[in-house]
Amino acid sequence: MNRRILAAVLLVILAALPFIAQATGQSALLSLASRILIYGMAAASLNFVLGYGGMVSFGHAAFFGIGGYVVGVLYHHADTETLFWGFIPGTTQMLITLPAAILVSGAFAAIIGALSLRTGGVQFIMITLAFAQMLFFLFVSLKTYGGEDGIIVRRTNELPFLNTRDRAVMYWVVLAITVAFALGLRRLTKSSFGTVISGIRQNERRMAALGIPAYRYKLFAFILSGMGAGLAGALMVNVLRFASPDMMHWTKSGELMIMVILGGVGTLVGPFLGAAALLSLESVLASWSEHWPLAMGLILLVVVLGTKGGLMALVTRLTGGRK
Amino acid sequence: MILFLEQLLNGLQYGVMLFLLAAGLTLIFGIMGVINLAHGSLYMIGAYAGTLAAMQTGSFWLGVPVALIAAALTGLVVEAVVIRRLYARDHLDQVLATFGLILFFNQSIILLFGRQPMFTQLPELFSGAVEVIPGLPYPSYRLFIIAVGLLVALGLYLIINRTRIGMLVRAGSTNREMVRALGVDIRLLYTLVFGLGALLAGLAGFLAGPVLAVQVGMGEQILLSTFVVVVIGGVGSIKGAFVAGISLGVIDTMLRAFLPGLLRQVMNGPEADALGVGISSMGIYLLMALVLLVRPKGLFAAGS
Repeated sequence: MNRRILAAVLLVILAALPFIAQATGQSALLSLASRILIYGMAAASLNFVLGYGGMVSFGHAAFFGIGGYVVGVLYHHADTETLFWGFIPGTTQMLITLPAAILVSGAFAAIIGALSLRTGGVQFIMITLAFAQMLFFLFVSLKTYGGEDGIIVRRTNELPFLNTRDRAVMYWVVLAITVAFALGLRRLTKSSFGTVISGIRQNERRMAALGIPAYRYKLFAFILSGMGAGLAGALMVNVLRFASPDMMHWTKSGELMIMVILGGVGTLVGPFLGAAALLSLESVLASWSEHWPLAMGLILLVVVLGTKGGLMALVTRLTGGRK
Repeated sequence: MILFLEQLLNGLQYGVMLFLLAAGLTLIFGIMGVINLAHGSLYMIGAYAGTLAAMQTGSFWLGVPVALIAAALTGLVVEAVVIRRLYARDHLDQVLATFGLILFFNQSIILLFGRQPMFTQLPELFSGAVEVIPGLPYPSYRLFIIAVGLLVALGLYLIINRTRIGMLVRAGSTNREMVRALGVDIRLLYTLVFGLGALLAGLAGFLAGPVLAVQVGMGEQILLSTFVVVVIGGVGSIKGAFVAGISLGVIDTMLRAFLPGLLRQVMNGPEADALGVGISSMGIYLLMALVLLVRPKGLFAAGS
């Protein structure tokens, strides 16, 4: 009951943020909040395979980037009035681009997952990294879509009845999608499917003995996770109005992982907390000194070595509640 | 033909560098079970320390011991302060902690020496070129790197296969718990292995100085390729690191040298170049994916 009230209060504050930002004159607050929500979604998607499923993917930025590039490429073709692969016209309608981004990143996740899940452990970490790097270099070499420089999306995707070019409106769109996403994820983790995924993490052989085809379940979880990251990437391009190969760089995968671990592996709220902590810390430290990575590195070390379970464990300990 | 041979030697030189880094990494990985992303930082520290010493004293050869000692010392401190606490943790914590180390080291170097890249003077002995075959003069310094790499490989082979420490290392990469259960001071072994890995990384970094620029981020550039070498070769296997390192070095260099030219025959210039560079950068990752699909543990995995 307590947590519901907490969630409701948080939601009200988040919804009122554009007004708060305007009143206090902190216009950067809005873009920071949008980025936190979006990265939170990407990190939560990663957390679904990593925390619940025990599959340590070091290549999730690939799906994030693919989702972003779907928006970018569709914009590019709409802008130049050309056809993608000779038959797909471009579009700037968000109702089309977001589902397209989800589907395409899901398809990539299906291919990458099907191959990668044949391995495990360290090899799984490295092979997912390998696939992400391949996609990174592929997009770097695609001169049509800006190569290294990426695509500048001059106009944010449109929604019927809403003016998405207004930053506040775009923020509310992101917030609404995040809430829906979080609710969906919560349902998913509590469903029988989510339970099986957790069971596979704990003991794959036992699950197999129960007659559960582990590989198929893991693959399906991987695809869902890729779709979530793709959705986040598509929104990110809409907010930043820019898609570039940097979205799939391996350091981005690392950042997503840091958010998950910082927030708390295998928890629903953890990745969002982690994203908020990391991004706020980054912007605060960066405003103090250009040498902020030094402090960031030390903080990461202290967090990893000194705590177990990330910020979520801290929150649970402070509120004295059970998980 | 001459161009081909020249690129082959370039590939060999790159492969040897990869081997020097991968040898340490694969041991740390295989014996201690730690994913050490900060291995590239040790490479960078070796390069900076050695290059600074060489610049101050004006002697390339004085840079060598300084690079080795600096990298090994940093390695030992890192092992004692950070890595030692990570043995029992899962890979996630190790990745995060060593990622923090990368940030820390990179920024410290920027604070101390700035972002400007540094270049080492070639040693006088190896500043010229040698005619490998008639019509192909080749920088003798690169031949020197190849020779050093091969010597280190031979030395490691002898240590691993002919000494008591080597026996423990081999045993450790096959079955860690059993070695511990037999009463071996595993902690000392870990420290030794980590120090050795750091030493080799420092050597590689210093040797790379005159060929590449000594700059912040040089470690991360080569780190991923090194991990690919480790995984393809099989975690914990020096032999695997050697075979995979040399092959990847040669394949990567060959792709970069010849693929754009081949593509240019079917496409127009700039696009072929861009695509060629892209595909050749993908090459080693593609190879790793293929190897892992056929042999999920790598080519020469220990204990499989």
